[in-house]
Parts: sequence; C-alpha cells; structure tokens
Amino acid sequence: MRENLHRFFRAARGAGVHVSPAESVDAMRAVAQVGLTDRAILRDALLLTLAKSQDEKLALGDCFDLFFSQPEPRQDQPEANSDDASQDADQQADQSPSSGPVSEPGEGQPPESLGPLAQMLLSQDRNAIQAAIASASGAASLSDIRYSTQRGMFSSRILDAMGLQRLRDDLDALTATNPSLAERLRAALDALREAVRDTVSQGLALYAREEAENLRNDILRNAPLARIERRQVAEMRALIRQIARRLRERYSKPRKRQRRGHLDVRRTLRRNAAWGGIPFLTAWKRKHRDRPKIVALCDVSGSVAQVSDFFLLLIHSLHEVVDDVRSFAFSSHLIEVSEILEKKSPEEAMAEIMSKVGFGSSDYGSSLVDFEKDFMSTLTPQTTVIVLGDARSNNLDPRADILRRISERSKRLVWLNPEGRLAWGFGDSEMPRYATFCSVVRQCATAQQLERAVSDIVATYQ
Amino acid sequence: MAEQKASTSIEAVESGLAAQGYIASRQIATAVYLSQQIEKPILVEGPAGVGKTELAKAIAAWRGMKMIRLQCYEGLDEAKALYEWKYAKQLLYTQILKDKLGEVLGGAQTLHAALEQLHDFGDVFFSKEFVEPRPLLQALEQPGGCVLLIDEIDKSDAEFESLLLEILSDFQVTIPELGTVSAITPPTVILTSNSERDLGDALKRRCLHLHIGFPEQRLEERIVESRIPGISQTLRRQMVGFIHEIRSLDLKKLPSVSETIDWARVLVLLQASELDTEIVKDTLNVLLKYEADIEAAHPQITTFIAKAARSNVFG
Repeated sequence: MRENLHRFFRAARGAGVHVSPAESVDAMRAVAQVGLTDRAILRDALLLTLAKSQDEKLALGDCFDLFFSQPEPRQDQPEANSDDASQDADQQADQSPSSGPVSEPGEGQPPESLGPLAQMLLSQDRNAIQAAIASASGAASLSDIRYSTQRGMFSSRILDAMGLQRLRDDLDALTATNPSLAERLRAALDALREAVRDTVSQGLALYAREEAENLRNDILRNAPLARIERRQVAEMRALIRQIARRLRERYSKPRKRQRRGHLDVRRTLRRNAAWGGIPFLTAWKRKHRDRPKIVALCDVSGSVAQVSDFFLLLIHSLHEVVDDVRSFAFSSHLIEVSEILEKKSPEEAMAEIMSKVGFGSSDYGSSLVDFEKDFMSTLTPQTTVIVLGDARSNNLDPRADILRRISERSKRLVWLNPEGRLAWGFGDSEMPRYATFCSVVRQCATAQQLERAVSDIVATYQ
Repeated sequence: MAEQKASTSIEAVESGLAAQGYIASRQIATAVYLSQQIEKPILVEGPAGVGKTELAKAIAAWRGMKMIRLQCYEGLDEAKALYEWKYAKQLLYTQILKDKLGEVLGGAQTLHAALEQLHDFGDVFFSKEFVEPRPLLQALEQPGGCVLLIDEIDKSDAEFESLLLEILSDFQVTIPELGTVSAITPPTVILTSNSERDLGDALKRRCLHLHIGFPEQRLEERIVESRIPGISQTLRRQMVGFIHEIRSLDLKKLPSVSETIDWARVLVLLQASELDTEIVKDTLNVLLKYEADIEAAHPQITTFIAKAARSNVFG
C-alpha cells in the first residue's frame, strides 16, 4: 500500500497539487490513523493533508477518483518488480502444454493444454482479467509513463508481462485443431488489447500531466513570441496571464507598514521630554519610497504585430499591479490607451487598440512628436518610461532628440526590443541611436524575458 | 482541570460535536479527528457565516477545554498577540531599586564589584515576572490544553504569519530574553480565513486544510433542526430549499448558514407554518444584506417557493 500511496502522490503532482516530501509524510501519518478500508474517509484524509486550496482540492479529488478507479495490484503478488514479472512471463511461456493444469477444469472449460492467459480469457472472468492487467501494469512500471508517444511501448510491455507470447503459440496451435475456439480466443485477445490500451491511457492521464505541462510551458516560455504558431497563441496568452498573475501576487501586496530607517534623535527626545529625556518611546526616520509611476509606449505597427499583442497583454496586467500607469500605443501616430486597457477585458482592449492605431507602418519620429506635444507633462522624475518596439522607423527621421528629452525628464528609460541584438542597427533599425539615451536596453523576445524585464521594473519601486 | 474527552474515532467526533449543537459533515469530523491524532492545526477556509468560528467553540465545549481567541486584524503584532513586557512594572521596580541602591551596593568596595552586583539585578527585569502573556502565549501555558482560535488570519499582515510558524509547527515560542516556552499540553489550533488574501505556503504547509462551503440540503436541514428545535418539518424543508435556490443566483453576498438560522428564528417568531410570497418578501432582509441583492431576488421569489415546495414532495 505504501507503494500505492507513493504512486498516488506522483499522480497528485501530475494533477497540479504540490506534494512536498514533508506533506507526503503527513499524509502517510494521516492514512495510518484512518486506515484504508473506508475509501470516502481515505479521500477526505488525503484531501485534508495534501491540498492547500479549494482548487487543489477539486483537482486532487478528481485525481483520487481516477486513481482508485483502477484496481489495485493484488497484495499477494510480489510488488512491482519488472524483472520478476517478466521472468514469470517467461516461465509461463516456457511451460510445455503438458506441465499441468493451471486453473481447475469445470463445465465447458477450455482445454487444459492452453496457457494461463488463454484460460483466463476464455473463462471470461472479468475480475481476474482486471487484476491481471493491474498487476502486469505494475510489473511494466506504468507509473513511469511520461509522454503520449510511449503508449504503444507500455501496452506491449503489459501484454508481454501477461504472457502474450504463450497466447500466440496457443492461438497457432488452436487454429489447426479447433478453429471456432481459436476465433473466440482471437476476439477475446482484441478485447484484452483494448482494455490494456484504456489502462495505459488512464495511466498517462494520471502520471504524465505534470511532465507534459511543464515541458510545454517551458518550451513556450522560451519560444520567440514573433514566431508563435496560431494554435499556440491561446496557450501563450494563458501563460502570459499566468506571468501577470505572478507579478501581481508578488508586487501588489498591501505594504502598509513603512520600512523603518534610522533613529530620529531629535523627535525621540522631544517626544520623551515628559520622562526627563529617558527614551521610552522611540521615533524613527522613515524611508521614503517612491510610488511606481510607469509610462508605457507600445509599438503596434505591422512589423511587430505578433509581439505587440503580448506586449499589450502585459501592459494590461501592469495596470492591475501598479496604480499609476499610463499607456500609449503607436504605429504612425500615437494615442493614449490607458482607459481602454483599464476598462475593458484584455481581448476587447487589444482589438480596439489594434483597430485604432494598429498594423500601420511605424513612424517612430512622428509618434515621438505626438508624445512630446501632448503628454510630455505626464513625465516626472519618478516615472519609469518603457518603450516596447523594434525601433524600425522605415528610414524616417527617428527624432532621437525627443527621446533624449524624455530620458532627461524621467527616472529611467527602458527599451524592450523583440529583435535580437544582432539585428540592431541593420536596415532601418535605429536602435543604436536610441540606445544612447536609454537606461536599460533589453532584448525581449520570449515570455521569460518579458517576465524578467517587467519584474525588474516593478521591483525597483519596492 | 475539566475532564477531557479524546477523539477516539471519526464517529465519536461527529456525535461529540453534535451534542454541542454543531452538526459536522464527515469532512469536518475527519479533519478534527486527524488534527488530534497527528497534532496539526486546522486551517478552515470558506465563505463568511458557514460556521468556521462555531467549529472552534464546539470543539472547546465538547472537550471541556478553555477557548482562547485571537482576532486578527491589520497591524496586529507580536506585542498584542504573543507577549509584552510590563513596562510600567519594570519602571516601578527601577524606582524602588534606585531607593534601595545604597543597600544593594553597600558591600561593594570598588566600582567593578558594584557593577557585578547590578548586573544580577538587570536580569531580574527580563524575567517571567515582567512578561504579560497575550493570547498565543496564554494558550501555550494552559496546563490542561485549550482550543486556540486564530480568527480571520487573512486579515493580518504577512509578517504576522511568520510569527505564527513556530507556534504552529512545534507549539513553542521563543522569547529572546527568556528562551523557549513550550506548550505543556499542545493546544488544538483552529485558524480561520475568508481568503481575503492568499496565505503563505509555509503557513499552509503546517496545517490541515479544511474548506467549509455551503452545506448540502440535508445537512443544512439537520443544522436548522438542532438549532431551532421548535420549527416544523415542512417549514424547515421549504426554507432550506428556498435558500438553496437563492444561492444559485449571482448575488453580492450569498446567504450562509448563519443567515439560515436567523431566518428560521424569524419565521418561528412570526409563527409561520409554511412559506408564502408575503412572508418571504417581508423577511427577505434577514437573508440578504444588500439592497441590490434583494432587488435581484425579488422577481424570483414565487418561482423559488414553488420549486422548494415541489422538491419536498419528492425529497
């Protein structure tokens, strides 16, 4: 049973419930207390000790039901040890037909000369077959299955462990002597294959989810945003939203208490004058902390259309983390989009912004002129300016002088460029010229880079 | 010391709590049983008014133990939750010491010897004498154990959580000047949370996580039955059925068990024998706490009553 519980913990991790070693120890202790006989109570006990939120409870509950809907490997059989089991199977296959009956003969029982698997199939004892599948999947260590491509391999491993070889021999023999029985056996074998395939799929659902999800997220996280395939866009959106949520959790915690600085001697003395200057009450200098002020300029022109979608999504989430964010979108001219991003859902907001200014050919110069004309006053010495764009200005005047003035008026100027460093300065890229006025220039082509960049920006205000 | 009943089995917990008027679902009983057996606190989450705090009270009453309650709020700190030094007393003693200084230092010839003697007194000021125990420390000091209710932990600051960690895992607390105070009998700890903010993983790790949602219809009927014995069966069924219908609406604040009980009381007081549109309309404000919610529920009342009545026939 210990083995079984450990397999369950693994399945639970697959279902997205974090089960640390310490938690599994607790769960073990709890299970030792309530026993295994009552499944409903076992379920409660595991849910209580392992799940740490309502969502996890639901996931774990489903996982429990799926897991325990599989018959357990029988206790009397040696625990999952693939060597033993395959030996077993070999022995079974080696047994000559005359080596004695394996199951007791009864009325209308299949001929004794057949191997145990054939006997079992023909007698149609479903419980026995289920149990045999279960113990064979234990022997084939089904819980190690990770990827859907391994399904075939595990199916055949399980079938081998059940003695498929012997069954084939029997089939050959029967086709000559007893065709009708052979027909029945063949049908039963097909049914068995199906049952095994189901078991393997279930195992895959139980044990492989974690790996598959991690792997996919990992690939996505590092995939260039500009080259995301259409079918991955939804997943990428989900991932970015996850990143945004993480940022929010990390940075939007109410921090009511001001961090204390040095002792304020003068105020302490004054406050304690009544006690003859004995400092009972202390007064502290407060550290001044800036409130985050962010101005984001997002390029939504045709050349960065793929990426700007994600940029906007991230700015959208920035609006949730930081109170004071003003966002602007531009391709050939620039408009403020703060309100759209604040009021609408991400999808609606992006659609509206794209329809207003999106997809044009970018003109950084005139967009910067627009910004200087209308919004220069929004910049204060506390503002961080973020520019998201590839700095490709179609050989128009880049107006780097405006960027210099922006940089001078603000605390920091961060440029996030979806192109690789190699491409900067080639063709119509004005990046080197702009870069001289930026405090930070980063390549920002994958979700991971995006997360790091935004995290850094927000963290400087903490 | 009151007699203590150990929770020997899940059924015993269930019946023990029921004797105190707390009808526990099997989940809750299992959690209480396990927390006893493997000595872990229970973190209870769920909407307001489903009986999170009541659970702690019921356990305390059932096991004949004292209940110590710590209500959390923003800005709650060590001094209010754990212990504080009795500054005034210390100050007073300083004054006394000052007067007696001559006697104390009488024998000392050199400055060094005088200082030595003074040092001994310095330690006196940071002894148990001068510690004012607050709820958490009190709970550890109960010789017969107690039920410690840490209510609405989600209202406190994240720093406060860290303060709790030592108590929750080892049932002890370290006072820098004194050393470690360990529990004589580990208290039964219940933490409640309305999920206003996410609690830290470290805290969750140390607890059994129990979620109390709205009860199922049958369970809620039993709760009403145990709380308001005078209520007729028809009315009980109808009102619980009606409340379950209401909970399917998209409301600002869904009525929870405490509202059910209040409503049942009101209906009994008004001597209603079954639900009708008039009486529901008049008493809806007991159930719903927002004007907008009442307005939203208004047009549905007749249908809901009919549904509740119909479910009775088959239920």
